[in-house]
Amino acid sequence: MKEFLEGSTAVAKIIKLCKPGVISAYPITPQTHIVEELAKEVADGQLNSQFVNVESEHSAASVVLGAVATGVRAYTATSSQGLFYMAEVLFNIAGLRLPVMLTCANRAISAPINIWNDQQDSVSMRDAGWIQFYAENVQEVVDFHLIGYRIGEDKSVMLPVMVCMDGYVLTHGIETVDMPEQEQVDKFLPPYSPPYKLDPDNPLTMGPLVDPESYMETRYAIHQTHRYVIKLIPQITADFSKVFGRQYNGFIEEYRTKDAERVIVAMGSVCGSIKDVVDELRTKGKKVGLLKITTYRPFPYQEIYEALKDIPKVAVVDRALSLGSYAPLASEIKAVFFGKKKKPQVISSFILGLGGRDITQDSIKEIIRLLNTKEKSCEFIDLKPELLKENYEPNSI
Amino acid sequence: MLEASGPNTIIANNTGCLEVFSTKYPESAWGVPWIHSLFENAAAVASGIEAALKFLGRKEGINVIAQAGDGGTADIGLQALSGMWERGHDILYVCYDNEAYMNTGVQRSGLTPFNTNTSTSPIGSRSTGNIRPKKPMPEIALAHGIPYVAVASVGFPQDLQRKVKKALSVIGPKYIQVHVPCPLGWRYESAFTLEVGKVAVETGLYPLIEYENGKLISVRKLNPPKPVEEYLKIQGRFKHLLDKPEEIKKIQEIADNNIQRYNLKGETTD
Amino acid sequence: MIVKPGSSKNNKTGSWRVELRPKFLQKNCIGCKMCLLICPEGCIKGDEKNTYLCDYEFCKGCGTCAVICPKSDVVMVKEESKE
Repeated sequence: MKEFLEGSTAVAKIIKLCKPGVISAYPITPQTHIVEELAKEVADGQLNSQFVNVESEHSAASVVLGAVATGVRAYTATSSQGLFYMAEVLFNIAGLRLPVMLTCANRAISAPINIWNDQQDSVSMRDAGWIQFYAENVQEVVDFHLIGYRIGEDKSVMLPVMVCMDGYVLTHGIETVDMPEQEQVDKFLPPYSPPYKLDPDNPLTMGPLVDPESYMETRYAIHQTHRYVIKLIPQITADFSKVFGRQYNGFIEEYRTKDAERVIVAMGSVCGSIKDVVDELRTKGKKVGLLKITTYRPFPYQEIYEALKDIPKVAVVDRALSLGSYAPLASEIKAVFFGKKKKPQVISSFILGLGGRDITQDSIKEIIRLLNTKEKSCEFIDLKPELLKENYEPNSI
Repeated sequence: MLEASGPNTIIANNTGCLEVFSTKYPESAWGVPWIHSLFENAAAVASGIEAALKFLGRKEGINVIAQAGDGGTADIGLQALSGMWERGHDILYVCYDNEAYMNTGVQRSGLTPFNTNTSTSPIGSRSTGNIRPKKPMPEIALAHGIPYVAVASVGFPQDLQRKVKKALSVIGPKYIQVHVPCPLGWRYESAFTLEVGKVAVETGLYPLIEYENGKLISVRKLNPPKPVEEYLKIQGRFKHLLDKPEEIKKIQEIADNNIQRYNLKGETTD
Repeated sequence: MIVKPGSSKNNKTGSWRVELRPKFLQKNCIGCKMCLLICPEGCIKGDEKNTYLCDYEFCKGCGTCAVICPKSDVVMVKEESKE
């Protein structure tokens, strides 16, 4: 049913429909509304779930780890510092092969402390082994949680899933969303039924000490599972379309890229603005397009290759940095084409929108303009030169 | 301890000697469901297990136990443990107190006693060992208002089992701290583990106390208490104190304070 | 990583024993169970008095049972001895 909802409310509603048995979270802006609304549902008896108010994000992740290990679907949400505080637990959860669901309300990382939106937090966790989806709008946020639970809990996958939504932009913005009904969710998402769990009727040991003789194989296994997820995604999105009527490619979205001469690659809500710019420039005869990356992990090499191989000029937008080196998404896009005969002539890397700085239509047009110049290895857009001139002078006050 | 809790038990274990030697892949010594996650989060993982069992309506009849060493309890694990106690989960937490980070090489922890020689509080020309007293974990547990807190020792195994059984009969968060002598870290011959544990208790340095709902309900009385020197002289980690009467006196003070505080002198009535 | 419960029984730690092994005399045993409780390997079994014995496939020879027996009914003997 179509509703006009704040993004956080939409997340709370879809999680409620997925019926997790244990919810555990620690408050951090801008995730707070999500868990507050879930707490209210539990308090009103609308959601039968154990709501565990923990004393830190590290424990929030540990609680959902324990719950899923015991065979119960679980949920948590966090941002930025919270995601980093639970970082070792994130790797642990993936290594233990437990399908936890986590919503990351993307927020910049301290220092300096900044509570506004960029993608440094979840992008920095790309090595953890989690499946990662990036949503452009609230509808995608809702749908990716459903798809995520289904994929993560698949018996051949058993991996945790992170749905990334831009903080404030998607968490606090109000959009029209087609909210699924309970019957549809029940049809698409079966109850959690793991192949292994902590149960005195069938005891087993989870998390042993593994020496050099066997460790590598466990990591290889997760890597292989990510490759399997790539095969699984089209089947799941086809199922999704049957039940809910919405089509997703699952990996990428090619927006007006077929005959484009210049294409921007990006993840997240900025894609909405980029689409508007693409539409405007198309009316002026400019052949531009957008390649939106939806699934960042597993990284869809083949799909990206096919989408961009005939595009002459590609700009990659990163809302995160790998300080001291190439930008994360840009370096992965470039790696797709290394050694290939067909590839773009230019792949330029652009950094924008850190710490919540607005990405305006002008900024996007600037990128498109810059694509006609020399290839950029790491170009920052919208920097303020007057701030860069400030130096720390002792005794200057 | 497991003998006391039975097969309907799920265990969450922190990293440490116990976890490492009992689950070296591909073997596991545990016959009950058991999970090891990280160094500091057994209390939080156990909270998740307990919440899941509650959701499934299966909590009654299944014991959830979180286990850790002294470092994993009093230092790095204290936050998660405090949270678990504060939230009132129905979990028994057992701290295996061998008084240092043994698994990584006998480094000093928050539960290392005063004047102990460890690898990061070594003796030297300017040091007689660890300069701080033990962090009072049982008191911290009591301050959280949890219904059962007890101290036990490997030197008195039947008392330990009794306390485990008693704890598991109480609903809510429980804490049992077990004194576990470590032959390698304390430097004594392994056959004498029980003896060393006994003497620690008999000097008053490790009083065996039991609290229910904040009230002291039992202590192991000492008749009479042994002088601390009898405990110090049987371990290599305290050898450096034997020619320093002023330092021994400081340790005797700690024992005397315990004896007075818990009224340990006399006959045990049970 | 999941491991089958109790699979460590496959690891016969008795091979770790070096010099001494415990000999259970089964003469003056009072059935106090202390040896069973204190054994770090958990390899001593028994029910009534004079029935306690360790499993030499796992016994590491630490000697704690001999020290703890209140009736000195467990003695440590040389590994090679025929007793």
